[in-house]
Amino acid sequence: MRDDLRGIWCIIEKDMKTYYSKPPAISWGIVFPVTWVLAFYLRNPVDFKGLVPGLVAMTALFSTTAAEAVVINFELRLGSLERLLLAPISMMAILLGKILGGTVFGLFMSSAVAVICAILLNIHMDWASFFSILLPALLAFSAMGSLLCLMVREVFEAQTLLNLPRFVMVFLSGVIYPLEAMPRALQFVAHLLPLTYAVKGFRDASDLNQGAPIALQAMVLMAFFLLFLFPAAKLLSKKFE
Amino acid sequence: MATPTAIKASGLVKRYGDLVAVDSISFDVEKGESFGFLGPNGAGKTTTIRMLTGLSKPTAGKAELLGLDVGSNATRTKGFTGAVPEVSNLYDELTALENLLFMGKLYGVANTERHMRAEALLELFRLQEKRDRPFRTLSRGMKRALTIAAALIHNPKILFLDEPTVGLDVMAARSLRKVIKELHDQGMTIFLTTHYLEEADILCDHIAIIVKGRIVAIERPEKLKEMAIKEQAVEFTVSGDASTLVEPLAALTGSKPIIVNSSTLRCSGTTNRLLPHICRAVQDAGAEIVSVNTIRPTLEEAFVRITGLSPTVMATEKGGK
Repeated sequence: MRDDLRGIWCIIEKDMKTYYSKPPAISWGIVFPVTWVLAFYLRNPVDFKGLVPGLVAMTALFSTTAAEAVVINFELRLGSLERLLLAPISMMAILLGKILGGTVFGLFMSSAVAVICAILLNIHMDWASFFSILLPALLAFSAMGSLLCLMVREVFEAQTLLNLPRFVMVFLSGVIYPLEAMPRALQFVAHLLPLTYAVKGFRDASDLNQGAPIALQAMVLMAFFLLFLFPAAKLLSKKFE
Repeated sequence: MATPTAIKASGLVKRYGDLVAVDSISFDVEKGESFGFLGPNGAGKTTTIRMLTGLSKPTAGKAELLGLDVGSNATRTKGFTGAVPEVSNLYDELTALENLLFMGKLYGVANTERHMRAEALLELFRLQEKRDRPFRTLSRGMKRALTIAAALIHNPKILFLDEPTVGLDVMAARSLRKVIKELHDQGMTIFLTTHYLEEADILCDHIAIIVKGRIVAIERPEKLKEMAIKEQAVEFTVSGDASTLVEPLAALTGSKPIIVNSSTLRCSGTTNRLLPHICRAVQDAGAEIVSVNTIRPTLEEAFVRITGLSPTVMATEKGGK
């Protein structure tokens, strides 16, 4: 257990140092969410406040998954992931290290967007509630990213594959269009997507509160995390058979 | 008292669908021994090393390291083994020193010791001047050396080397072999795979020859050579045309000599018996002997004799990085 914890920390530390400045992490993890935020603000500054929870959730989604593509696929391509597998730590610890690396990257990005928006737009945020949604959301997105990234080898393949769920979620999870305005069938689909619960949770954490219990959203996001984590571990194990 | 076993493979099998990559192989490696796995590309060498290091699960059979079953104790066995994969796969963005320190930290080496060992390894592999250079900027030989150094950062008891010198120039390969020999002399158990016959001959106490997933021989290099060649050969050069000596020598020795070039012949047989015949035949022909060499059997000849394969299959270069 101690070895695994040490391994997880080593991997996070090394990934932060090695990969966070890589072009794919910057373009998909930082530039893309910032561009979207600005685009929506410039289009309609008056109603922009209502979009903030969705844009924070979207930033969390893009930054974590972009980071996963870099920390996993660069190492798959160069064979460095095998180095970690040769160390005296479990495969689950390696995967958790990779997932938490993406989570830390997403934490910086989403927190920055949330804090800046809260200050500039005078949104009252219950920060304890905000982080109790942000952390499980980041874990769920990061685990989803790792699962998809392990299905391919190259970084560009991973980013392409990730765009499918990313864009589906952006349009169906209430980031831009309110869920209530969507047809019933799409509302049903939306409730199968983790981003929906992150958007709801962030709304509940702000003064744009919809009144839903925050713990429920957090629990659903944790369930998504586990749902993605175990198949990802299986896939990683299979990859090195 | 029996020497303790460092590595024990019992009936190891690895199948990928219908393909049998490793077919029920068994062998023991004693502590402090340097054991070579010799075979052509695709023979099952890397698959074996992956099973022994716990990277891959055997389809059947068991691997033990220092008495511990790798399958059920992989985390523990990884703690006292160092493994160098075929590809030099350290982190491009980290410097030589940072790579070593990261690996040390991953293996739980204490901070002070980690720094001391990293510096010592950089010195051992003559990489001190490159300590602050990113891995990606190093030459292929330096990358290989640093990858081996990284596998030694936690002072392992057993070192696995998968094709350690593949793709390196002669000087870099020679330098690495020297370090591997030094590690072996210090008592480290070394398991290496290679498709270079010369490398196996120089570095290994025992050699297992593996072909198509099966071990066809395990012996000391000298013994393998003896198994292959029962008779010695004598090669001699004369002052004139050697071809005129072929028939008289065939009559005297009972076997036809091989023409090496216009002035050199090779005869097979026992040296004591051959030399008087050669001297007589040369004298009768009115020629003079310029030089005489006893030809010792090589591992290459042993390999050909044992496996029935052409030595060219071993000369095929692998795409190492």
